[in-house]
Amino acid sequence: MTTKFTADHEWINIDNQEAAVVGITLHAQDALGDVVFVELPEVGSHFAQGEVAGVVESVKAAADIFMPVSGEVVEVNEALRADPALANTDPMGEGWFFKLKASDRAQFDALMDSPGYHDLLKTL
Amino acid sequence: MSTDLLQTPLHALHAELGARMVPFAGYAMPVQYPAGILAEHRWCRDSAALFDVSHMGQLQLRGEDAAAALESLLPQAIIDLDLGKQRYAFFTNPQGGLLDDLMVTCRADHLFLVVNAGRKAEDTRHLITHIGHRCNVVPLPGQALLALQGPKAVLALVRLNPSIATLAFMTGGDFELAGTDCFVTRSGYTGEDGFEISVPGAQAERLARALLAQAEVRPAGLGARDTLRLEAGLCLYGHDIDERTTPVEAGLAWAIQKVRRPGGARAGHYPGANVIEGQLSLGSAVKRVGLTGLERVPVREGCAIVDSRGHSLGRVTSGTLGPTVHEPVAMAYLAANHAGLQHEVYAEVRGKRLPMRVTPMPFTPHRYHR
Repeated sequence: MTTKFTADHEWINIDNQEAAVVGITLHAQDALGDVVFVELPEVGSHFAQGEVAGVVESVKAAADIFMPVSGEVVEVNEALRADPALANTDPMGEGWFFKLKASDRAQFDALMDSPGYHDLLKTL
Repeated sequence: MSTDLLQTPLHALHAELGARMVPFAGYAMPVQYPAGILAEHRWCRDSAALFDVSHMGQLQLRGEDAAAALESLLPQAIIDLDLGKQRYAFFTNPQGGLLDDLMVTCRADHLFLVVNAGRKAEDTRHLITHIGHRCNVVPLPGQALLALQGPKAVLALVRLNPSIATLAFMTGGDFELAGTDCFVTRSGYTGEDGFEISVPGAQAERLARALLAQAEVRPAGLGARDTLRLEAGLCLYGHDIDERTTPVEAGLAWAIQKVRRPGGARAGHYPGANVIEGQLSLGSAVKRVGLTGLERVPVREGCAIVDSRGHSLGRVTSGTLGPTVHEPVAMAYLAANHAGLQHEVYAEVRGKRLPMRVTPMPFTPHRYHR
């Protein structure tokens, strides 16, 4: 499974290990409501797993974006910065937040897979 | 949703419409419908949005002395409020602070008051305690309140009753709508033309459905109500105004009519008059101002406002990314010497200092029917 999920309702796709893609899930964007602003990390910055890498703001509230695995930010989604609504309309695709180069593959393996994430959603 | 929360007469309708419900002032209220806050906000400014505001307090003050009695609790002119006319008003405390803001309408045999949901118990107690011996304070818990707001609200409402078109801004009258006797005022909380409709709870759903059946009308929740009123520069009690803010500090002195000001025939004789009169003549040390962000980052309630050297100037009381103006807009209380228009200040957000400018309110022009 190349896409994994976190308990903070983020997804990470590791098809390309040098540039794993990170975004928020369908559930997250629905819970947030209309996204009006995103703060993306700086390219080249390093974060440990769980550190706050960015912010996603809806009309009513701001929420942190956490680094799903430790690594270096290699690209950010400028299209999302310009049009934050992409996080609502296509959170699993065009609404991706940033790409990272993971420093520890084992962290990725320990994340929830899709059925696991869907089980989590059922408990909410 | 907790079963301890109260429900408005439109609760089942909200569920049917797919509303997302949140607790507000002890009620289960719709914060948004499936369209979302931005779409609901824009529909209001372009067409007509229907809000359920039945959680708010509606009361009557009955008796010949009601107007004079009410004047002893607020600095507005009520005695000479003509039949059918509505006025924005606020209860004050002995320190000149605000206990609530409200709308008062003169009706044939009573004064009709609409107060904030979060203050209706306190306001009712306040009225009974201080003027209950001079007039009858009659809460109307069985009445629902619907707000239909937007440039096309009149088109939709006129289909239900053509004589609605005769209502002037800030006036009210009795109209039959969808087979029910309603009291309608032409006023609201969005900056747009619109109406507030007091309807018996048992008929509220039928009226709401009749309005939603009009092509111009879509439902809107409290989320959009907040972004609309903020862009319109209107205060939200408990956030932009409270017991610690005076009407002069809040920029609401315009709502104190001349006859109640020093020199006027019915000057003073309301709680905190000495404080407020002092500020009317000398100004206040702080002022509520509008701020517009120069960078596209929302600045929200609680944010610190500082000068270029990081010295504290005040705090944000409301803020959002305005869906109509496409900029961050906020209200804040600043020291008077920093409150001049176009003055540049900084909002501290996540450790960064974001430049903002003091700008006039409303952030988007009012389009009241005048």
